[in-house]
Amino acid sequence: MDRYRKQRLFGAAVRAAALLVVGVMLLVVSVTLVRGGRVLLTDPTIVVTPPGSRYMLEGTGGFLHAVLGSAFIVGPATAISMVFAVSTATYLQSDYSSERFSESVNMFLNVLWGTPPIVYGVFVLTIIIAVGAQTSLLFGIVAIAIFQYPIMTRYTDEALRAAPDRVRESTYGLGATRFESARMTVRAAAPGIIAGLIMGFARGIGDAATVLFTTGRSTRMPGGLLDAATTLPVLIFDQAMSFNPEVRSHAYAASFVLTVVVLGLILVSKLLAGRYARYTP
Amino acid sequence: MTDATGGLFRRARSSRLGWRLLAERLSGYWFAAAGYLAIALFAAITLLLLHRSLPILSEYSLVAMLTSADWSPTQNSFGFLPAIVGTVYVTFLSMTMGIPIAVGAAVYIAEYADGRRKTLVASFIDVLAAIPSVIFGLVALIVVVPFVGTYVAPAFGGGTAGVGIFTVSLVMAIVVTPFMISLSVESLESLPDELRETSLGVGATKFETIRSVLLRAAGPGIFSAILLGFGRVFGATIVPALLIGGQTQLPGSVFSTGQTLPTLIVNDFGELMALPLTQSALIFVGLMLVVVVWLFNFGAMLFRRRLQRRWQY
Repeated sequence: MDRYRKQRLFGAAVRAAALLVVGVMLLVVSVTLVRGGRVLLTDPTIVVTPPGSRYMLEGTGGFLHAVLGSAFIVGPATAISMVFAVSTATYLQSDYSSERFSESVNMFLNVLWGTPPIVYGVFVLTIIIAVGAQTSLLFGIVAIAIFQYPIMTRYTDEALRAAPDRVRESTYGLGATRFESARMTVRAAAPGIIAGLIMGFARGIGDAATVLFTTGRSTRMPGGLLDAATTLPVLIFDQAMSFNPEVRSHAYAASFVLTVVVLGLILVSKLLAGRYARYTP
Repeated sequence: MTDATGGLFRRARSSRLGWRLLAERLSGYWFAAAGYLAIALFAAITLLLLHRSLPILSEYSLVAMLTSADWSPTQNSFGFLPAIVGTVYVTFLSMTMGIPIAVGAAVYIAEYADGRRKTLVASFIDVLAAIPSVIFGLVALIVVVPFVGTYVAPAFGGGTAGVGIFTVSLVMAIVVTPFMISLSVESLESLPDELRETSLGVGATKFETIRSVLLRAAGPGIFSAILLGFGRVFGATIVPALLIGGQTQLPGSVFSTGQTLPTLIVNDFGELMALPLTQSALIFVGLMLVVVVWLFNFGAMLFRRRLQRRWQY
């Protein structure tokens, strides 16, 4: 085989690989949207109806409890995680730390980033057992926040790294303290940080393994911070294993909602990144 | 709190500079604490899981547990071998399927596609990376399971149930490919154009340029991407739990049902968590996952340094 034919073959192979990936993506999204859309079209109220008393067995009512559970768990978790992520990334990128130390912290962040989510779930579960508490909304928030922390720190770190050095130099030149300079750098990196925030939220809302053991997989409406709850991915997981075809069909409706939320978040993150771009120097 | 900070508190009441210096001092403490958080979290996870696995580790020998194939917690026999073999199968198979596709698609995006098509394909991959894995599992239940059950498994002489190790591997390959693609594209795109120009200028074809120059120069980055994919397959929970069949026995072939380490936790969590020894065994599974991920990351860091030295351009 001569080298030009090899080149053509290789070109065809990489095109086929890309086509395959795009095709799979279209298949997954369209199956979810079509199957879920069909269920939702016949009865759109299941999204906003609280579950009946025997929901997982008979499919009476809807899955409002999981929608609310997701919102009440992932929202606060993202907020908490963001505060720590921005602080850690600022510490690593600014003059607060030595280069050597930030390198070793980065190593630990990489390890945490690669740690399977189920480990965070088991970790929080052992905490629950140790303090003798019940699985609840609160521990779901803790588990998701721990899960999101390395992800958001990484995005924030990258955004701060990409912020121009001019910002730091000119703020110091004007006599700012390290804290004031760091604040200006964070502002300059805002688009990247916002993108990281939204990606963290999207990852958090899609993850089931961390909340599987920590929130209690309840089938009732969440009653309070210390009450058992569930989230959409856990609900889909439970519904998919059900023997009742009606409950299984609800799984597609729930994944329709989840897919639309995640796709919407990505869209919003792209739009916001464009909008905040004017604040960057 | 030191005396100096107390002094700053007094100054802050009277002057604006005092305020700013106080904010500076306090923020220093806060940021330092946040910097140590990653290390503290890692240490807390490892130590707590280790502490909670001690009951089972003191009861049975580590080697016996890792090599015994008998997992029946109600009879107090804890053999992790089936789950370990299942995890190794799934990880190996899905990386074998995923890596060529991921590298191929990444080369396409970075080197072949341009203009609107490139933006389109790249954003499709972003979307694929963001879809929760439980949705892949759900779609796989009605698409991949019948496909494997009717066509693939009989062709290789396997069972026809459709759920099992091969199905999980196929779906996990789909789940991790987008992550590997976007990281590989990043490292390919960060290469300087001179590399491409020089290589093409001395008469190499595009294929030769990519194979011998670009993939080598981007090697450390692509290696990290593959490592990230490995970690995600290794610790995947929801997709295996939905599709593997959940039987704790040594898998006979790649089409048989089985168990991975994370699904062991999921399947035995509910009723068995009340038994202290089982609880300890399942927490020990979590510890194994952490230790393997930690070793791999550490090994990868050393390996990556070596690659960077050898494959530098």
